[in-house]
Amino acid sequence: MLILTCPCCGVTGEETEFHGGGEAHLKRFGPGSTDEAFHDYLFSKVNPKGVHLERWRHNNGCGKWFHAARDTVTLEIYGTYPAQTTEPPQSVKDAITAKRPGWSWREFA
Amino acid sequence: MSTRLANGGRLLDRGRKVDFTFNGKRLRGYAGDTIASALLANDQMLVGRSFKYHRPRGVVASGAEEPNGLVGMGTGADFEPNQRVTTTELFDGLTCTSQNHWPSLDFDVGAINTKLARFLFAGFYYKMFIHPRPFWKHVYEPIIRKSAGLGKAPDQRDTDTYEHFYAFCDVLVIGGGIAGLQAARSAAATGAKVMLIEQTAHWGGRAPVDGGTVGGQPVDKFVDDLVAELSAMDNVTMRNRTMGAGVYDHGYALGYERVGDHQPAAKGPRHRLWRIRAAQIVTATGAIERPLSFAGNDIPGVMLASAVRDYVVDYGVSIGDRTVVVTNNDDAYRTAITLKKNGLDVPAILDARVPTQDSPLMAEAKSLGIRVLMGHGISSVQGVKRVTGVGVCSQAGEGAVLEEIACDVVAMSGGWSPVVHLWSHCGGKLIWDETTAAFRPDVDKAPTGAKGEAFVTPAGAANGALSLGDVLSDATTAGASAAKAAGHSGGDVTAPEAEQIDEAPMAQVWMMPHGAGIKKRQKAWLDYQNDVKVSDIQLAAQEGYESVEHAKRYTTLGMATDQGKLSNINGLAILSDALGQPIPQTGTTTFRPPYTPISMASITGEARDERFMPIRQTPMYQWHVDNGAFFEPVGQWRRPYTYQKPGESIEQSVSREVKATRASLGMLDASTLGKLVVTGKDAGKFLDMLYTNMMSTLKPGHCRYGLMCGENGFLIDDGVVARIDDNTFLCHTTTGGAESIHGHMEEWLQTEWWDWEVYVANLTEQYAQIAVVGPQARATLEKLTGDDISGDALPFMAWKDITLAGIQARAYRISFSGELSYEIAVKASEGRALWDALLAAGQTANITPYGTEALHIMRAEKGFIMMGDETDGTVIPQDLGLHWAISKKKEDYIGKRAQARSHVTDPRRWQLVGLETVDGGVLPDGAYATAEGKNANGQRETQGRVTSTYHSPTLERGIAMGLVLNGPDRMGEVLEFPRLDGTIMRAKIVDPVFFDKDGEKQNV
Amino acid sequence: MSNSVSALNGASATGFATVRDMGLQGMITVRGDLSATAVKQALASALGGEMPGAGHINPSDSGHTAWMSPDELMVLVPYASADAKLAEITDGMGDTHHMAVNVSDARCMFAVSGDDALVREALAKLMPVDLSSAAFKPGQFRRSRMAQVPAAVWMAGPGEARIVCFRSVAQYVFDLLKGATAPGSEVRYMA
Repeated sequence: MLILTCPCCGVTGEETEFHGGGEAHLKRFGPGSTDEAFHDYLFSKVNPKGVHLERWRHNNGCGKWFHAARDTVTLEIYGTYPAQTTEPPQSVKDAITAKRPGWSWREFA
Repeated sequence: MSTRLANGGRLLDRGRKVDFTFNGKRLRGYAGDTIASALLANDQMLVGRSFKYHRPRGVVASGAEEPNGLVGMGTGADFEPNQRVTTTELFDGLTCTSQNHWPSLDFDVGAINTKLARFLFAGFYYKMFIHPRPFWKHVYEPIIRKSAGLGKAPDQRDTDTYEHFYAFCDVLVIGGGIAGLQAARSAAATGAKVMLIEQTAHWGGRAPVDGGTVGGQPVDKFVDDLVAELSAMDNVTMRNRTMGAGVYDHGYALGYERVGDHQPAAKGPRHRLWRIRAAQIVTATGAIERPLSFAGNDIPGVMLASAVRDYVVDYGVSIGDRTVVVTNNDDAYRTAITLKKNGLDVPAILDARVPTQDSPLMAEAKSLGIRVLMGHGISSVQGVKRVTGVGVCSQAGEGAVLEEIACDVVAMSGGWSPVVHLWSHCGGKLIWDETTAAFRPDVDKAPTGAKGEAFVTPAGAANGALSLGDVLSDATTAGASAAKAAGHSGGDVTAPEAEQIDEAPMAQVWMMPHGAGIKKRQKAWLDYQNDVKVSDIQLAAQEGYESVEHAKRYTTLGMATDQGKLSNINGLAILSDALGQPIPQTGTTTFRPPYTPISMASITGEARDERFMPIRQTPMYQWHVDNGAFFEPVGQWRRPYTYQKPGESIEQSVSREVKATRASLGMLDASTLGKLVVTGKDAGKFLDMLYTNMMSTLKPGHCRYGLMCGENGFLIDDGVVARIDDNTFLCHTTTGGAESIHGHMEEWLQTEWWDWEVYVANLTEQYAQIAVVGPQARATLEKLTGDDISGDALPFMAWKDITLAGIQARAYRISFSGELSYEIAVKASEGRALWDALLAAGQTANITPYGTEALHIMRAEKGFIMMGDETDGTVIPQDLGLHWAISKKKEDYIGKRAQARSHVTDPRRWQLVGLETVDGGVLPDGAYATAEGKNANGQRETQGRVTSTYHSPTLERGIAMGLVLNGPDRMGEVLEFPRLDGTIMRAKIVDPVFFDKDGEKQNV
Repeated sequence: MSNSVSALNGASATGFATVRDMGLQGMITVRGDLSATAVKQALASALGGEMPGAGHINPSDSGHTAWMSPDELMVLVPYASADAKLAEITDGMGDTHHMAVNVSDARCMFAVSGDDALVREALAKLMPVDLSSAAFKPGQFRRSRMAQVPAAVWMAGPGEARIVCFRSVAQYVFDLLKGATAPGSEVRYMA
């Protein structure tokens, strides 16, 4: 069972306090978008072996959504950061790079 | 025979006699005994029967690895099967019974299987019962099931209590043997918060039995001092009778504390499951001795050499008068020496090795007058229910008997395997140690935690250190390095000096004798409980089950309740030999928690009976209970389905409630409806995105029904939105949607539109809400209020703050029944008071509280949809004829883009219609309307399905709604709905509004 | 008011610690930009006392103020004064973007009282939180779960824990706490 640190309230808690919410940094496609773009937005999620940027909600806690950079193989948490951003902060990218040089996830590396 | 010795037994309190029964026989032991030691003290060697062949089984071991000694304990509500006799402490009044035999332990009919052994080979069941196919389900399986299974499930409710406990520490040390104690001391010296858990009732593990000196003191004195030192430290918690059951991700570990097993009369929980979060974990879990594979090694009286020694030293129990020791290593000599020193006879030590010179232990045995036969082994063991002797052979040969030695015990030792289970649970890797012929932790490949750091450190025998000195120095280092990794340093504990006894190297002996023929291999057991023999593994390999995981499942090796603690390595070695590859290449099977079985009830913890799950109660819950409510679960709520009066059936009760409401006045506890307040200058804009219709244009004081879809376009919720003021809306959701829609709103606000000025709060439980429904609703409310609630002052789809029965209330003029209806919201703590006031005021109007079924019927009579009935996660508003609730003006709302996808705009999507049965009966829920032809799978084509179906008390006939292909264009057409009994029901497509089509009743 | 009853109407149970429904308790949810001057001023004038930092609860002039999340506080005041206090906060906020709502009736508050270590142990049977005296001090405020429901906990003083949960699950939480304080089930881990 994982432990996660919520960047919004600072609490480090066990996984049962949190709820996973799938891929982070999704860009919403609405009316007027192409079928392909909308399809990808709705259905095409990555499932990498290794670094994954994902959403969590501290539902049994402060109730806030946040993002985590997690390794799906080792379960290492490289860092957590607020959800109000369109890309991971440099410090989190650096933390990943330190452990996984040459990593990439979607358009980030 | 096995018996109690006059002296000895370091764990016993000979002053306290303890009475117990085994299979109804009254026996006596001492405080400090396990069931096993007490049975053996009473010459009860036979404790059970094996699983497959029903062979007689005696105690083999003295600890958690015991495969045979499983008994049913207790009676009635206290009964529990499969209790391990070697780890269960004796208490006064204990009753236990042996398992897996009929009619008795001594005479068992199932033992015929052993005569059929050559037919019951590996994979027998798979091969034998595969044809003819249908026979498996109907003939073979029921018969096999009857004879399968070890022990019997209890037939009464468990009356004990169980609980969890969340603990946090810097260093968790698992195992309270000498390594665990020393590791704990070394870690604690740094100031780290240390928790030390031990599965047995005593500290020190087997070091006091094995003997030796530490710092010039006897090892048991050293242990006592260490325990005293640790007990006095504030930063150390010691917990015995607590097994480290499993190690999981990010430093999570489970400890299984048997609080009450040894003192059943005491108050408090029986078991406590410790949910421990440790920065670092030290596994000081010791090692387990391996059996040797020779013919007849399963006959009662053949035991692990260490166990024979334990019973003498710990419990003062002699297993028998004459013990033959058979070994491939030096450690077993300690057993021979111990026995001899306790006045027991050791006619021979059969040592498979051929050493060039005597080790100190060999020399000591010889000096005690014990005959040592080097290069020898056992050809076969004689005896049926008890060992009577052994045939001695040369280890190198095929087993020709050179000599027969009469004995009643065989003490065997095949070397020691570190207990690597807990190290491995969370991904710790193993390496094969050729010198000890065992897998041990590869410390460079430890399990890693949240920060990628190694978080498990093995210590002592669990790390492959087998001598006293090596164990202590390894544990000292392990404790300090774990503490350091947890952020604590200093301390500086040095390992105490221990007496060093040089031992001769062990030899790898996987089959005895080396050239044993098939007959011997068919009698050489690997897994005692599951009856897996050397020949079975070899057959599996021959048949292509080369992966160790496949061989395990094919033969059931290691699948018994001991999970291969004794059989694993021996089985691997045999498999590797059969495959002609080295053991590390074969690898091991996966170690999974728990280390030994733990009670299901401990996992459940407090979650049983009234605490099984939260039952949410409205402020009027007690009234419902007191007034005959028949409850139905709605999420975690319990809502009254109907209030039955004495003598009424459920149907009669529901019908009465509907009729009374339509005729005069009904009342519903609607408190469970979700109430979300949305406020801020962007609240209207936000709701326009959430709902398919336009909410920003709603005027304060008014209400509007709205639909909510997910981003995939499908309906997720509906409800009435009230505009409170320019910046504030109150959104009613379905009962089930309160939390999920609140979450949905927060999600969009936090992750997509975080720059919008909107806040949301879930006020569902702040208010009790009561629907007052029926032609007499207004007149009744007017009795309780001086405020103007006339049709002009409070028209349909408006709301108003009023004072009702002296209580501040908000009245929403909304209707889910088609009647004149008010939903009254008051503070929850005043909900019951209002409920009582309304009951009193409505008495003259025959006010009738109604439940959810009457609610459902009345809404269906009006053709109102219900989330979860008309919707199932694949239905869009357009399917339900709700185009009027979808704004054409809005550029965007959640789900709008998805509703433009090709499948979603397909005109062939089934559409909502009413269904009126031709014979007036009630359509089955979920029934399909059939169409001509068959689909690609050869199934009958369908053209619609029933989504809601009821008997309408108002119309006195069956009514239904359903989704039908081109439904709205096919009014009057009759569809066929086959029922489960094969008959067909016919129903006409009609308008879904069955009652008061023009809404005259609600608009007064 | 005379008609108002809390979820369990003051029920209590005594095991190795005492569990008590504390009756009606005024609670106001305030959401806003807690770092904004206007918000700080409005709250300071309406509540008094120092604003709590993340994960803390501070005394105020007529009760306590607890930090719920980066944009949310829970204001504890006497039940009878909740609506008046709410109006005061709302007035003070003026046009500042915020939300203030009375949630007194949506919640239930319990006290668990007794020996400090035993009170902490009782809660540690139900909450996945380090509640040892070294890790969880008076003044700290922790939202987590209690068995299967959300709950917030703080130590009002030595041996005095306070728990807030939703009203509808008050009976469940009471049963949990009663079970966790059952005589004979002392863990003796924190003592």
